[in-house]
Amino acid sequence: MARRGTPEINAGSMADIAFLLLIFFLVTTTMDVDTGISRKLPEKQDPNIVPPVLKEKNVFEVNVNRNDEILVEGDTYMKVDELRAAAIKFIDNGGGTAESLQKDKLTPCTWCGGDKDIASSDHPKKAIISLQSDRGTSYAMYISVQNELVGAYTDLRDKYANKKYGKDFKDLSRAEQKIIKTDIYPQIISEAEPTK
Amino acid sequence: MSKFQKKKKEMPAVNTASLPDIVFMLLFFFMVTTVMRETDLKIQKPSLPKADQVKKLEKKSLVSYIYVGKSKDDTPGDKIQLNDKISNVNEVPNFIFIERRKHSEDEIPLLTTSIKADMKANVGTISDIKQELREVNALKINYSTLKGSAFDNIK
Repeated sequence: MARRGTPEINAGSMADIAFLLLIFFLVTTTMDVDTGISRKLPEKQDPNIVPPVLKEKNVFEVNVNRNDEILVEGDTYMKVDELRAAAIKFIDNGGGTAESLQKDKLTPCTWCGGDKDIASSDHPKKAIISLQSDRGTSYAMYISVQNELVGAYTDLRDKYANKKYGKDFKDLSRAEQKIIKTDIYPQIISEAEPTK
Repeated sequence: MSKFQKKKKEMPAVNTASLPDIVFMLLFFFMVTTVMRETDLKIQKPSLPKADQVKKLEKKSLVSYIYVGKSKDDTPGDKIQLNDKISNVNEVPNFIFIERRKHSEDEIPLLTTSIKADMKANVGTISDIKQELREVNALKINYSTLKGSAFDNIK
């Protein structure tokens, strides 16, 4: 009964209060999503383990010195924008024959579009990119090189995915991505400790 | 003619009763999307390099940040910031352990360390950090970059 007499609360200033809060959140909000190149570090190794012997032709050596210059395979000076094509050529070479790959339980790479050069990598699963930088290399250069090497794998995976499934790699299902990631073009980038 | 003019004069006021609703809607949107910056930068804001092979960092709560850059007074050499203070490289493991304690056991392998380093930083500094991370088995890392062409970095 008494309630009937209670006056209604004036809601006219509600908008003002809401505006105030809105402006506060508008100012403090940051929309940027963190992006970056994801890598996985190798596990700490037992010093007693002897590293496996690799054939030199299966290793793509990239050296970056303290003047931000790139040396590929110990003899070719390269610009960053040539690196991706060179890496693709190396990974996609697939020069191994059935006999030579037998002991690693691999079959010759049928999906490789490379030159099948005997002096280059045998199989994408055996192709290793070795990145050696110097302590004085600039971080910008280091990231550019990393980006190009990861980019080489992305390009190859996309090419394969488009041929087989008619889609880009990133649009494939997780299971399909996993097949490509482990059996077709596994990403093997090894980083040596930087030179002093 | 006079009839029309009369109508114009009596244009009704726009109804603003739904204004609070609209504002509230915007308010909630910004409240949900907002992320408060939890650490103050003690070093100069690192200018991140650009790259195009980037991945988004999905869960922010699983990411710990390491900043690398120049100190504010421009003394030479790279400085590393962990949490709220400039630290030494050998404090990195401790920092990771503290971060890990905030999460449950099964989340620990998912923890990512994001390295936000300045373009002019040296690879040596980064490599020292990576070495320390390997010591404590914090293997998932992310080099924080902006989206763009990687060739812009070296111009």
